[in-house]
Amino acid sequence: MLLLLLILMPVVGSIIAALMPTNARNREAWLAGGIAFVGLLITAYLYTQIGTGELGTGDVVRYQLEWMPDYGLNFILRMDGLAWMFSMLILGIGVLVVIYARYYMSANDPVPRFFSFLLAFMASMLGVVLSGNLIQLVVFWELTSLTSFLLIGYWHHRADARRGARMAFTVTATGGLCLLVGVLMLGHIVGSYSLDVVLASGDLIRAHPWYLPTLILIALGALTKSAQFPFHFWLPHAMAAPTPVSAFLHSATMVKAGVFLLMRLWPSLSGTPEWTLIIGGAGLCTLLIGAFTAIFQHDLKGLLAYSTISHLGLITLLLGIGTPLAMVAALFHTLNHATFKASLFMAAGIIDHESGTRDMRHLRGLFKVLPYTATLAIVASAAMAGVPLLNGFLSKEMFFAEALAVGSARNWSMSAAAVLMGIFSVAYSLRFINVFFGPLATDLPRAPHEPPRWMRFPVELLVLCCLIVGVIPGLSVGPFLNTAVISVLGEQTPGYSLAVWHGFNLPLLMSVMALGGGVLLYIWLRTRHGLIQSNRVPFLYRFNGKQAYESTMLRISSSASLLEKLLSTRRVQPQLLLMITLLLAVPLLIVRPVSLLTFSDNGEFSPLFAGLWVIGAICAVAAAWQAKYHRLAALSLVGGVGIVVSITFLWLSAPDLALTQLMVETVTTVLILLGLRWLPARITPKELNMRATRLSWFRRSRDMVVAVVAGLCMSIVSYAVLVRSAPVGSISDFFMTRALSEGGGSNVVNVLLVDFRNFDTLGEIAVLAVVALTVYALLRRFRPAPESLPIPAQQTNNVDPAAGQTPVQQVESGYLMVPAVYLRMLLPIMVVIAAYFFIRGHNLPGGGFVAGLTFAVAIIVQYMLGGTTWVEKHLRLQPHRWIAFGLIIACATGLGAWLFGYPFLTTHTAHMTLPILGEIHLPSAFIFDLGVFGVVVGSTILILVALAHQSVRSHRLPISNIAPVINKEAN
Amino acid sequence: MEAVIAIAIGIMFGAGVWLILRPRSFQVITGLLLISYAVNLFIFIMGRLSINQAPLTLGEGAIDPSLYADPLPQALVLTAIVIGFATTALYLVVMIGARGLTGTDHVDGKEMDK
Repeated sequence: MLLLLLILMPVVGSIIAALMPTNARNREAWLAGGIAFVGLLITAYLYTQIGTGELGTGDVVRYQLEWMPDYGLNFILRMDGLAWMFSMLILGIGVLVVIYARYYMSANDPVPRFFSFLLAFMASMLGVVLSGNLIQLVVFWELTSLTSFLLIGYWHHRADARRGARMAFTVTATGGLCLLVGVLMLGHIVGSYSLDVVLASGDLIRAHPWYLPTLILIALGALTKSAQFPFHFWLPHAMAAPTPVSAFLHSATMVKAGVFLLMRLWPSLSGTPEWTLIIGGAGLCTLLIGAFTAIFQHDLKGLLAYSTISHLGLITLLLGIGTPLAMVAALFHTLNHATFKASLFMAAGIIDHESGTRDMRHLRGLFKVLPYTATLAIVASAAMAGVPLLNGFLSKEMFFAEALAVGSARNWSMSAAAVLMGIFSVAYSLRFINVFFGPLATDLPRAPHEPPRWMRFPVELLVLCCLIVGVIPGLSVGPFLNTAVISVLGEQTPGYSLAVWHGFNLPLLMSVMALGGGVLLYIWLRTRHGLIQSNRVPFLYRFNGKQAYESTMLRISSSASLLEKLLSTRRVQPQLLLMITLLLAVPLLIVRPVSLLTFSDNGEFSPLFAGLWVIGAICAVAAAWQAKYHRLAALSLVGGVGIVVSITFLWLSAPDLALTQLMVETVTTVLILLGLRWLPARITPKELNMRATRLSWFRRSRDMVVAVVAGLCMSIVSYAVLVRSAPVGSISDFFMTRALSEGGGSNVVNVLLVDFRNFDTLGEIAVLAVVALTVYALLRRFRPAPESLPIPAQQTNNVDPAAGQTPVQQVESGYLMVPAVYLRMLLPIMVVIAAYFFIRGHNLPGGGFVAGLTFAVAIIVQYMLGGTTWVEKHLRLQPHRWIAFGLIIACATGLGAWLFGYPFLTTHTAHMTLPILGEIHLPSAFIFDLGVFGVVVGSTILILVALAHQSVRSHRLPISNIAPVINKEAN
Repeated sequence: MEAVIAIAIGIMFGAGVWLILRPRSFQVITGLLLISYAVNLFIFIMGRLSINQAPLTLGEGAIDPSLYADPLPQALVLTAIVIGFATTALYLVVMIGARGLTGTDHVDGKEMDK
């Protein structure tokens, strides 16, 4: 439970922090610091539960939640010695970084965002170290990449911050994907994603044929995260982040996630030549490259970044060596590096903050103005260089001893590399502290002075830790380290002693050589080589990881755009052409066509029906022909086709369809008529004496061929279906036989809609409502083209007395008075018809859809003749409410079934006996149909009225523009 | 009868396909209307043709499904007709909105350079 709290606290804190006001620096810092501190106390308390284990049986604190138990995935939090050590590191450095950040961040920075991201990072990092499930670990792993991206890009107005953030994210997230695949393979080998199982089955994993690919993929994840060669280039660019972030993420914690993973999986993966080659090889290269490059940096943080890379390489190399003692050294160095490097970053941040620059070519003699900070930084750099009596010395000594142990067996190259790395690190440490000596620089952007007391406090505390661990390692850090070691190595835990003095031995000699050599190298570089002037790193400048990264990214995006250019188009017509061609070609290729068909006409022929369809076909073809230049004619012709389709439905025993088609036809025609006004006038080319180009003739004939083929295919398929007898025993029989007995209605189509398949209908009316609201919303932002703003020419014709009148004036002056009165009288009759269709719908043709459309048409004709203004003055229609009530009624009917313990939308038929009327059936489907009716009425009216209002609105707006046009026409 | 319906579906579909391949947005909406007629009829004929056999089970006693038209395609087509109206309305509004924004009624929002 405490473990869950440990992760949840920063998550909640992150949300709270994000909601705080921008200038609440103190409150933010208190919140973040408080959370980290409480977390630290919890973790410290948990030590009593894990630290008591006997040697080899380190206790583990667990917390488990069901996640996807069917897939064997559970949310497991698990704290053993290793996780405990890392949690302490994260939370301890976290507290200090929060204190430091409080003073570092300027008043102009949006602090809530900073602390929110920082806490989110803390949660994800704790998630990584506490995960007891590999998939869960990868999820948290990617979250650290994401939060790191957000934190590096915190000053997003700076191009280098954005670029650095992108680069770090691309590299680490790509590694994370590799890790995911590796973990999945690991889970497949072992048969479980639980860490406990994976750790216990090391031999199985190492013997499995998938071992090598799994190892490579997991190593890719770890090496990218820990900035190991050849992926190290992202870390220096991540230094664009605020310094607290660099201190926290990019030296102490996040970059350690990679080595943490290697330590975590050490029992299951290590101990093979491949492991040593991949992990050790990468570590060795990184170690030397990082240390060497660090010497030639001019930026304080750049130097520290490369030094971090080198130290991470050292840890990786130790892990790669694979002996238990090397593991101890790796763990110990992880701790030591975190303490001295975090303090150095904070010191660098103080220098930057106080002097305004981080360029070591300008910084000089800062000891005079920053005596305390300088002392602290010098001690910390001494730890980094491996000077005796400081923690860095101890772990480096252990490293030398391991290098000797490996090297003596074969050759001296490992030991030589170790000493070389020692020399380099002494040299860059000297380079770093050089900023404190000499005469005070005069060209600094700001006059430096000591920072506030509490800004220096974290540095002081960390340096104190360096000293304590350096002098009395066995008493201070010994037991904790031992717990962590036992949790990884178990029974293999070697005997080791943490002591400053091991007597005169080879590692000591190597340390002395490194110290002496480093000083000499630095002096030689300064005096002979012109270190200050050099602009590039000797030898290594050729291997520019950043360059490779940039050109890879460039190539990826350019090839993507090339592919897009080649394979896609933004134009609609080619896409449609392709779709239709595929639609025709694919079925033709899959089935063996025509040969299967038997052309035997077994139906009777009706000349009347054929004549009807002669008209229909003429209408369809003529509509296609006229649609470009004569829209009104085309619309009428399409309407004609619709009527013929409607008659066909009636002819072929589908009265419901015929009614619906007829009403929809009416509404659609009105709808498109309202839209026509907003389309540009188009004059036939004949009147303009234009001729179609050859290209357009080609296009037209090509489309014609496609259209004819499409029509032909459709005809053949239809005919093929029709000459076959209907399948026996289809589901329709079920509906037919049960409609009356179980659905309580004899109109099977309606019973299907509102009873058997009413969930589909509910979905459908929801779609209808959504479309209506979308149309309404789109039209609220409608901006017509300028040339369609004035009143159309047809309305300004001076033959018509109503021309020039507004619709209101037209109504008042009696324009179209007779039809208007006539239609007003028709309104109640039409409403009665709608009600009639609605009521009988369950048993005879009709129903909610037809009734709703009829009702809508009754209202629309009032609009057409009475005008928008008049109708809305006399009728308070609120289509939104119709839609809302319709949906509520339909849903409530469905939910009502729950009250009686039936599934959603179960229907029931009540039989009631009323006076006069006698016995009536009242199925609950009837109420559902009422909901359908409401939605159909509301949607139809909303769509049409919203469209009609556009004309009213545009009449209202540019009165001044219209007047001259009318006058000109009149003259 | 069967042949007439089959040819009618073919003609409407062909005319619709020709229209949706045209460059003007009004031509496309007309084409979509014609295609929707064709497709609705096509779905409808999956229940085969039957005359004077409307699926109204008004009689008493046991019901013989073979004496009635297939109600299932009819129910499907009924909802398809209504949804067709909704999508037509949506297309129309997008069409006139695009015309207002781009100043042209070309389907791509800009005149194709010839």
